[in-house]
Amino acid sequence: MTDRPLTARMREDGDAPDLRAYERAGGYAAARDALRTLTPADVQARVKDSGLRGRGGGGFPTGVKWSAVPMGAGAPHPKYLVVNADEMEPGTFKDRLLMERDPHQLIEGVILSAYAVEADVAYIFLRWAYKLSEARLVRAIAEAYEAHHLGRNIFGSAYSLDLHVHVSGGRYMGGEETGMINALEGKRANPRSKPPYPAVVGLWGQPTVINNVETICNVPHVVARGAEAFRALSATGEGGTKLYGASGRVKRPGLWELPLGTTIREILDEHAGGMQDGVRFRGVLPGGASTDFLTEAHLDAAMDFESLKQYGSRLGTGTMIVLDDRTCPVGMIRNLEEFFAQESCGWCTPCWAGLHWVADILRDLEEGRGEMADLDTLASHTRLLAPGNTYCALAPGAAEPLQSGLAHFRDDFERHVREGRCPWQ
Amino acid sequence: MLSDDERREIDAELTRYPTRRAASIDAMRIVQRHRGWVSDDALRDLAPVIQMTVDELDSVASFYNMIFRRPVGRHVILVCNSVSCWMLGANRLRDAMAAAAAAPPGGTSADKRFTLLPIVCLGACDHAPVLMVDDDLHHDVDPADAVGLLARYE
Repeated sequence: MTDRPLTARMREDGDAPDLRAYERAGGYAAARDALRTLTPADVQARVKDSGLRGRGGGGFPTGVKWSAVPMGAGAPHPKYLVVNADEMEPGTFKDRLLMERDPHQLIEGVILSAYAVEADVAYIFLRWAYKLSEARLVRAIAEAYEAHHLGRNIFGSAYSLDLHVHVSGGRYMGGEETGMINALEGKRANPRSKPPYPAVVGLWGQPTVINNVETICNVPHVVARGAEAFRALSATGEGGTKLYGASGRVKRPGLWELPLGTTIREILDEHAGGMQDGVRFRGVLPGGASTDFLTEAHLDAAMDFESLKQYGSRLGTGTMIVLDDRTCPVGMIRNLEEFFAQESCGWCTPCWAGLHWVADILRDLEEGRGEMADLDTLASHTRLLAPGNTYCALAPGAAEPLQSGLAHFRDDFERHVREGRCPWQ
Repeated sequence: MLSDDERREIDAELTRYPTRRAASIDAMRIVQRHRGWVSDDALRDLAPVIQMTVDELDSVASFYNMIFRRPVGRHVILVCNSVSCWMLGANRLRDAMAAAAAAPPGGTSADKRFTLLPIVCLGACDHAPVLMVDDDLHHDVDPADAVGLLARYE
């Protein structure tokens, strides 16, 4: 049987294990042992050696991120850990599962991650729509406080940590690291200039680490098993498992915890059950709305960080959106770009001006008013939206499905112009 | 004026942050939960508590999708319009809900029972198309069931 540490404690009936059930299944042992026997540097080293990379979309090595935090007696306090539980990337629904079905696993991950960077206070920045996650997290946090797993002198150690839930006001930019810091400070979620990086100057000017829910849920398993064993969980050596997902016209949309590096074909055919009867696969956004399309030629690619890079895409959140032949690719890209245009915070010109321009052109194409020159204009925007021209990654992310869509579905774009209509309508 | 309940809930939020301003979004969400929306009067009530000006509060309020600066009906229907739901019929679902609720997208029914709003991805894409009514998530929704789905929301 495949080893699935992230989902192993989840109950068949959909309820969440309470503190006692979680502890009976071995929960909080890693945190208890670490706080008694490991130094923060030990925990950091283990996470760094495990190769654990961010599961929220960016894929940055977690241990490296932590290593930028000033440590020891001279470090400024309070320091903060923020859990990115905003999950606003269209097509992504994996962190919901982790929070609804095993909230104590996240709390144990928070304790260990916060301990590793000597944080004093942690916040879970939670998406407003996740009502069940909120209820279960609040209950689990109360249980953890009662058992002295949070608060003063956790597990009888010298370490203390407070954990709060902040429910977002709802905006894609809340999920961007520096946007999230502004949102937690009670401001508009505009991005901040980097450097300084949040690890040094973050929330209220203090050192702050921001990690995704799934990333943090992996930390207890890294600490408990050790770096070697964690690395051995993956199919291609990048370490650990991944919560993969699929939505669209597949037979069984859903989520599956599999070795990191499982191929797209295996996920779609074996776990998602293949395409629904009567529809054909045309392409896939492998990791949410802001990743580049892959096509039939890429189905044997391993869904990990380095492999997808070779094909010009990204693992992103690892939750795939499948494009079928009954769906217009231009219409799909229009839907994505309208999302990005709406959610742009208005801070950087290529983003706020460019994305609405892009969305307008795509609407014209869909409504039969497109011209061939529009395709060149769209291509030019993918260059203006590219990394380096904006404060944050919203615009470069928005460019990814557009640039790859123009490359892979060029014929479909041209048909819209030639026929003066959307062939799917 | 803030009610005792509102004040108590806001005070609890204030203990979670080192600055009062940090609780501005939580405070507006609390007022919205009690009053349905965040009126100009509500901003004036909150400003001294949060120690922000009314204009500063409004600049925050107007940034976030889930802070309503206009009155809404007794129940708010949020129909996901993002990519997975769009592929699986979100537009048809929106139209069916608009007809069943007698509220146009972005508007409120004449009897003030429903407000219908399009919303970005609700994070339940394996059950598309989805919508929320108030705090309830409804998934795999068939547009033909729109009337029945709303029946329980008086």
